[in-house]
Amino acid sequence: MSKKAIQIDAKDNVATTTSIVEAGEKLEVLSPDGAVILETKPVEKIIFGHKIALKPLDTDEPIIKYGEIIGVASKPIKVGEWVHTHNVNSARLHTAGEEVRGITS
Amino acid sequence: MTEFMGYERPDGQVGIRNHLLVIAPIDCSYEPAKKIAEQVEGAVAVTQTYGCGNDSMLVHNLAGTALNPNVAGVLIVGLGCETLTGEILMDLIEPSGKPVYNITIQKEGGTLKTHEKGVRILQKMKQELAELQRETFPINKLTLAVECGGSDATSGLAANPAVGVAADKLIEEGGSVMFGETQEMSGTQQVLARRAVNKEVSDAIYEIIETQEARLKAMGVDSRWMSKGNIDGGLTTIEEKSLGAVRKGGTKPIQGVLFNDWERLDKPTKPGLYLMDGPGWDVPSVTHMVAAGAQIVCFTSGRGSTTGHAIAPVIKITGNPETYEMMMDNMDINAGTILDGSESLNSVGQRIYDMIRRTANGRQTKAEALGYKDYIVFKRSREAEHMLGHC
Repeated sequence: MSKKAIQIDAKDNVATTTSIVEAGEKLEVLSPDGAVILETKPVEKIIFGHKIALKPLDTDEPIIKYGEIIGVASKPIKVGEWVHTHNVNSARLHTAGEEVRGITS
Repeated sequence: MTEFMGYERPDGQVGIRNHLLVIAPIDCSYEPAKKIAEQVEGAVAVTQTYGCGNDSMLVHNLAGTALNPNVAGVLIVGLGCETLTGEILMDLIEPSGKPVYNITIQKEGGTLKTHEKGVRILQKMKQELAELQRETFPINKLTLAVECGGSDATSGLAANPAVGVAADKLIEEGGSVMFGETQEMSGTQQVLARRAVNKEVSDAIYEIIETQEARLKAMGVDSRWMSKGNIDGGLTTIEEKSLGAVRKGGTKPIQGVLFNDWERLDKPTKPGLYLMDGPGWDVPSVTHMVAAGAQIVCFTSGRGSTTGHAIAPVIKITGNPETYEMMMDNMDINAGTILDGSESLNSVGQRIYDMIRRTANGRQTKAEALGYKDYIVFKRSREAEHMLGHC
């Protein structure tokens, strides 16, 4: 069975992996209705719970997950590419900071 | 229109359970109150743990619990010298038309006499209640509270979005949904404010989240930043982290902010999605949302949870298939089927919606079958709020 990633909202331009995906391994992206909307082979290893791009994204283009803007691309991103702090900035403030005490959930 | 079977109360609200609520307005009378409740099936005793005062935040939450339509009748058991008297609560509960009685241990002449009188009162109410039949009502009479506790990486991926699908369905059919834990919304001000139905609601969203950020900052915690663990787990921005939590409330416009302070405990006034400015701690958060009128609760947990509630059924959902196997005694629904692609997000959402209707009809949750009666009233510190300039 191929590995899966889930698009949580139909408006999302990223999907979240449901298990570790090795570089070159077949990955199916499922819509909220369970339809396969993309088949891809990531060029790099992507670990569980991380995101891949469903569409080509330009610098400053919004990253949409949960149907909402979760940040903006800090460089161009290709379809199937890993999407994380190396190519995304928070739209509100930069993410990298001191470890937070007390709030972990 | 989906329908469910419930009990109509004199004030027109519809309950899905027929609890008799025994309130100890002060912990001094909680042990006797528990002994009384134990002797009558369906009775449950609750209290607050902030000592002897009549702080309005405690009054609102205890009275709010009594006014919830899942409560059929109320018995207040006081010690007799408490500041938060039974009369204060009676005045707030009586207008609902539900039976309410008030006794005190000092006046009855000790605990055994109070036990006897209390049990007699509950038995009489129980006998009359036994005649009450469930009737059919449209599902728009339901208010759902959504909550999460013991989150893991599957929460924002499977369980919360699936509960969000069910929340959206309930609102589409005219029902109400509320979610709380303001401190989890840090970083989502702009996103949530965009979903507000008007400027007043948008301003209130900014106000409660920024006030909560200031409270945490005063304790030396900056809730706007993320931990290394969050980032290693795949969360890229603070918006993403917070949106994963608030997605359990679905995607509908936000009708209002429910303030829960010394002035008032707001309740939803029309159908739709509401945000409660409540404690960032699961059991008190559920307690306050039930006090604001929610008859039923959906609770997501990646790691697993045992939580129930004194008067409201709590349906527990996990997005982690291993947790579902390990915690089958406690978790009602496995949303982990989304992860291997064996079930779609929308299909799990429909399954949760069906379980909400069946639970409203009377089906017991696992926490109910276990007899779990979690109940914690939370109160903010007036002194701290004053120092922060919020009171």
